[in-house]
Amino acid sequence: MTVTPVPVLSGWEAETLTQADIVAEIAALASHDAVEGAPQTRTNYPPYRSSILRHPTKELRYADPETIELWSPCFSERDVHPLEADLTLGAHHGWNSQVTGQPIGERITVSGRVLDGDGRPVVGQLVEVWQANAAGRYVHKNEQHDAPIDPNFAGIGRCITGSDGSYWFQTIKPGPYPWGNHRNAWRPAHIHFSFFGREFTQRLITQMYFPGDPLFALDPIYHSISDLQDRNALVAAYDHELSVPEHSLGFRWDVVLSGPNRTWMEEA
Amino acid sequence: MTGLNALLRTTPGQTIGPYLGQGLPFTGDNQLVPHGTTGAICLHGVVYDGNGAPIEDALVEIWQAAPDGTVAQAAGSLDRDGWTFTGWGRAACDRTGEYSFTTVLPGATEDGKPPFFAVVVFARGLLDKLFTRIYLPGHPANTADPLLCSLDEAQRATLVATEDAVGHLRFDIYLQGDRETVFLRHG
Repeated sequence: MTVTPVPVLSGWEAETLTQADIVAEIAALASHDAVEGAPQTRTNYPPYRSSILRHPTKELRYADPETIELWSPCFSERDVHPLEADLTLGAHHGWNSQVTGQPIGERITVSGRVLDGDGRPVVGQLVEVWQANAAGRYVHKNEQHDAPIDPNFAGIGRCITGSDGSYWFQTIKPGPYPWGNHRNAWRPAHIHFSFFGREFTQRLITQMYFPGDPLFALDPIYHSISDLQDRNALVAAYDHELSVPEHSLGFRWDVVLSGPNRTWMEEA
Repeated sequence: MTGLNALLRTTPGQTIGPYLGQGLPFTGDNQLVPHGTTGAICLHGVVYDGNGAPIEDALVEIWQAAPDGTVAQAAGSLDRDGWTFTGWGRAACDRTGEYSFTTVLPGATEDGKPPFFAVVVFARGLLDKLFTRIYLPGHPANTADPLLCSLDEAQRATLVATEDAVGHLRFDIYLQGDRETVFLRHG
């Protein structure tokens, strides 16, 4: 194994590293040679400084999935209350609020289908989301951005996929927020999504972005995905059919999980 | 292996980010069985970065067979009733990078195969999930396992838990470095 020296981000670098520096690094890693043979999401992606010490240096080892890996944990309506899909209600588990008001921001619906690689719907599985509020502020103890907290918005939701693999959330559009990767670094607005498939090997956590975000070109996390088609797969589409008159705007985002590895049979 | 002929392109992963604590932990997430259950064990460890520093914003999930080797297909992981074994748990690391589960030992799903915990790891700074396995120390079937047999001794050691004096299982996860955990792909 070749050991390359690991640059360690110092506070000094975070202060002096510019957006132009990061864009130049992104461009250098987007060349054909750099992308050739790279995984869909490159875990070794130095423009995202926190990845430098947190990616495996050895290739992933192939293992035939064993029985346990060919099945997935099971979730149902028993686990998730239907109101947890509406983040504007503040009704999420563990959210001890005296909420009576509406969260501030652009009210949106995000909906789509969860499919496997063969196009079959992933039925009755858990989808979890978490996000910043309209001002770009998370409800988290480590959050240091001084944008306002919205007392009516927890930014967490869950749902169980329907018989066609569909999911649905009502929420408010999250704001972009600053982060410490380099000087004046801003993340494109996004919603974090967590998915379970029919097999453990299909587990996925990713981020959904909004169309036309001007921060795409500047964001190393988004660019850790080598292929433009793959990056586009994380961007929701505005869908007027999902917009509700006098109420909210709609975005559609479909998701494809890996596999299947297991021989699939009709569900009873 | 239908997956190899998949019609649709897989949606790529992205990092769990720093705010996983907002959305994912829930009460009882790391207790596959209640404390005090007969046969209950503590499965724990620390997630480390390439400098050997603990990672406080990592999340570990396990998925396992029951002690008799059956694969649970019962709902209720998010709202545990204390009786139903769902086989799945989630643990966010604490400020010292430590995760822990209260669970029972998995059984072999097939005769002659070693039992293991299936594991997935997420962290801020880790751009995509990592799969691995936690095998049980000293299990006789480990010596015939195709994956373990394909590894050299040092690599193999990264996939086998150690048992401490009080019977707890310890499994540290090294994302990088000399002791880097063997991470898996299945397709």
